[in-house]
Amino acid sequence: MGTHLFADTAVLTGRTLRHVTRSLDTIITTAITPIAIMLMFVYVFGGAIDTGAVSYVNYMLPGILLITIASGIAYTAVRLFFDMQGGIFERFQSMPIARAGVLWAHVLTSLVANLISLVLVTLVALLMGFRTGAGVLAWLAVAGLLILVTLALTWLAIIPGLTAKSVDGAGAFSYPLIFLPFVSSAFVPTASMPGPVRAFADHQPVTSIVNAIRNLFTQQPVGNDIWIALAWCVGLLLVAYVLAGFAYRRKIS
Amino acid sequence: MLAGMTSPRATDPEPGPAVTVRGLQKSFKHVSVLRGVDLDVARGSVFALLGSNGAGKTTMVRILATLLKADGGTARVNGFDVATQAAEVRESISLTGQFAAVDEILSGRENLVLVARLRHLGKPGAIADALLRRFSLTEAAGRRVATYSGGMRRRLDIAMSLIGEPPVVFLDEPTTGLDPQARVEVWQAVRELARGGTTVLLTTQYLEEAEQLADRIAILHQGRIIVDGTLAELKQLLPPAKVEYVEKQPTLEEVFFAVVGSDGK
Repeated sequence: MGTHLFADTAVLTGRTLRHVTRSLDTIITTAITPIAIMLMFVYVFGGAIDTGAVSYVNYMLPGILLITIASGIAYTAVRLFFDMQGGIFERFQSMPIARAGVLWAHVLTSLVANLISLVLVTLVALLMGFRTGAGVLAWLAVAGLLILVTLALTWLAIIPGLTAKSVDGAGAFSYPLIFLPFVSSAFVPTASMPGPVRAFADHQPVTSIVNAIRNLFTQQPVGNDIWIALAWCVGLLLVAYVLAGFAYRRKIS
Repeated sequence: MLAGMTSPRATDPEPGPAVTVRGLQKSFKHVSVLRGVDLDVARGSVFALLGSNGAGKTTMVRILATLLKADGGTARVNGFDVATQAAEVRESISLTGQFAAVDEILSGRENLVLVARLRHLGKPGAIADALLRRFSLTEAAGRRVATYSGGMRRRLDIAMSLIGEPPVVFLDEPTTGLDPQARVEVWQAVRELARGGTTVLLTTQYLEEAEQLADRIAILHQGRIIVDGTLAELKQLLPPAKVEYVEKQPTLEEVFFAVVGSDGK
């Protein structure tokens, strides 16, 4: 049955993408929370935060982009959850199609929906004065890192999408992810935090990802941060992928 | 391969019954739902599995549709073992579950095209249009399914099950939750299917439905088949009919149709 994996995944992705384009509010909602946080921080708190020579909107955009992804993948879990609730999931499972295609369609749709939200948020940041001298390679590196983060968090979102008992449960796992950037280098330099908090902030994944993207935008050397960020993303991706596979096989056998 | 022989398709009918079940068992935790079910469904027949809620009808259908693994016993569909030849079974069947398995956000036509594409058929648009006509859904074709009535949804659901002309169709409580008019619509769709030579295994908790549609009826009770036969055979199990004179009150259903002024067509 593996021969049809690509064809079946393409057809099923077309279906879920229509779900997204027919409820554009999900993309808007995904973008609105990070945009609101961005407005708050740049125009209200930002003046009190010392980020050195870097303008505050330039400083905080990487963290805002991560919050965008964290709120976007909640919809990935919810879309999958509704498929499981209705009969359509069982219809697909009883058909002669590549079974992995059902999950991959949700993963690819999540990637597309999140990329649209990320572009939206970046455009608003540009209006608010975000500027970068980053070249094509640096932009590609930023895009690649954001895609990797989206993939890792999407596979994480697949797990509650498959196992949640209620729609609230399916979406709730994203709240801690949205909150995580606040205890990192995303909005304030970690040097200003008290010892234990700073230790946590310095060693959690968001800080290395934010630092890597920030350095790419400001044309600074990315140093070790990019490797630590990649290690976190690939590690999370692998763990989430394996667990999602377990959850899926439990569901369909 | 001998000269002149054409290679058989994977889903070509195998000799023997469309569905054969022997000693099928299934438990959930400590509750045993199926306790040794034996069943044969002849090719091209409509077979009704009758039983009250929780009798194990849905469990049975889910095992036959490869959605659930049995704990013991064997089941073959179209000659293929559900446990070891699941892919071939899936090529041979389609399933319409208790809850209409349609995509609410897509239009009726898009739902049909989706299934035709997933079955890797040519001209999915033409297939969709033909089925829309056959199930009187042409006018609603472009509308989102979320705006459909219960009967329209179930008709669309059954139409989706016919794509690719699988030889065996499972209908799990196809009329549960429908109003009388929609029920008549679904019955017509099932008769339509049977005319085309498709084997239909349907589950129902309505005796009337089994009477209306089925060539053969089995009653599933507490995880076992307690009766299996044609309607005439089943009626012989009752004491012989005696003639009584009773004033015939119209049923509420007859009142409904008299007032609505329609036979559901």
